[in-house]
Amino acid sequence: MTATTDVADVADVAVGAAGRAALLVLADGRFPAGGHAHSGGAEAAVKAGRVTDVPSLEAFCRGRLHTAGLAAAALAAAAAAGADPLELDEAADARTPSLALRAAARRLGRQMMRAARATWPSPALDTLASARPRGAHQPVVLGLAARAAGLGPLDAAYAAAYEAVSGPATAVVRLLSLDPFHATAVLARLAPELDVVAVAGAEAGRRASDEGLDVLPAPSAPLLDITAEQHAAWPVRLFAT
Amino acid sequence: MDGHGHGAVTVTDAAPAPGAGLRAAARIVAAPDGRGGTALPVLEGAGPFALRRPRSYGHEARVALVGAMSAPLGGDRLALAADVGAGAALCFTTTAATIALPGRTGAPATYDTRLTVGDGGSLRWLPEPLISARGSDLRQTTHVELAATACLVLREEQVLGRAGESTGRLTTRLTVRRAGRPLLDQELSYGPGAPGGWDGGAVLGGHRAVGQLLVVHPAFEGGQVSPRALGPTAALTPLAGPAVVVSALAPDALALRKVLDSALSQLNAVIRAF
Repeated sequence: MTATTDVADVADVAVGAAGRAALLVLADGRFPAGGHAHSGGAEAAVKAGRVTDVPSLEAFCRGRLHTAGLAAAALAAAAAAGADPLELDEAADARTPSLALRAAARRLGRQMMRAARATWPSPALDTLASARPRGAHQPVVLGLAARAAGLGPLDAAYAAAYEAVSGPATAVVRLLSLDPFHATAVLARLAPELDVVAVAGAEAGRRASDEGLDVLPAPSAPLLDITAEQHAAWPVRLFAT
Repeated sequence: MDGHGHGAVTVTDAAPAPGAGLRAAARIVAAPDGRGGTALPVLEGAGPFALRRPRSYGHEARVALVGAMSAPLGGDRLALAADVGAGAALCFTTTAATIALPGRTGAPATYDTRLTVGDGGSLRWLPEPLISARGSDLRQTTHVELAATACLVLREEQVLGRAGESTGRLTTRLTVRRAGRPLLDQELSYGPGAPGGWDGGAVLGGHRAVGQLLVVHPAFEGGQVSPRALGPTAALTPLAGPAVVVSALAPDALALRKVLDSALSQLNAVIRAF
């Protein structure tokens, strides 16, 4: 591979001014934004017997990637591309029928906002924080954080899409005492579809910032919505969602 | 479920000749009749759409869509529109399930519904289920524009395959706006060729009937209704607006309807007490 190709690759992945390193910081599971407390519906799926082993975990994650993952990727990409964050927040509400999931998305958004403002201070983050003191939807904050970090819509879409599957895969290791190597292999097998979802989310996000938010996808996952309300009512649970 | 040839509305992507896909449209306009009731100044249907007007009770006009042609139909691009004017009330039903069937060309069929409800208007949109027959491919959209004080009851049900058969492909999107702002936007995709994981534990989990019931009414302003589970695979939840949605999965259409009907009577009780 020539040096010219390398530069082109970097430009392709990171549309903003920054390179890949800022994306690693943002997408790191140890980034202090509170994501580790959420199983993305996996805890309820394990309890209901829908996730019992590696193949059912993979089917769960694949379904989540193409629904909640794509929706989050597109919202994050649109925010990174410069769409109005408050309108995106409203679009996120319309795409999140479950009250429990709207509340969780806003709690996570508030935590992401705290981490992002400390990490990549920016007037856009400050403005959204004062307009939504109780938290905006997490993917919108994630997209603005990516923009503040000098990253582009595709980077934001990757971070959102990856988070949609890495959370449940990690949680199921704890919930089922699954071999962590097997859980990571699930993520590796999903990587080609993750690429597809990130690119689709980025494309929709870029179009939305030009053509309006109606072009954003609205993929739904009925079981995630239904079980989120049940899970929120459990007296004792390991994860917040 | 065998609706085929027995008055069912059948959606097929079969084109009668290469490059000549059939189109069919129906339109309903409901407006106050000046005597406390609702008139239907426009009631037009062509092709597979035959609109009947059952006896109405009180303020609300009623329209029933009857499958007028026997299958296979050439209607590969169907469009249905209803406009409920300010202060008018309309109830829409269908006399049988809609069945998406495979066509000869392999091209997807489309079915687009556009609904508007003006201030003080009320629409109850209660069609029978859509059944995705094996080998079918349908793209369905439903767009609803509600004025700020409009009321809506909307039920959507999908069944994955007729009895004993595997499902066809369906992508269905429901977009509801109220006072020009987004209220609910949901797209469900399943069947061969749909994005992966649709039958896994996050999306449908092996269930063969899926549906939702949306009720928009001022009685639901300010979160008067708390979210709750309605059995193991259904839940009721308030939206970010004066609206409640019930999402449900079930083994079949009958069980699904039972859950949605029970939820609707609970919600009607809240509305009556308002």
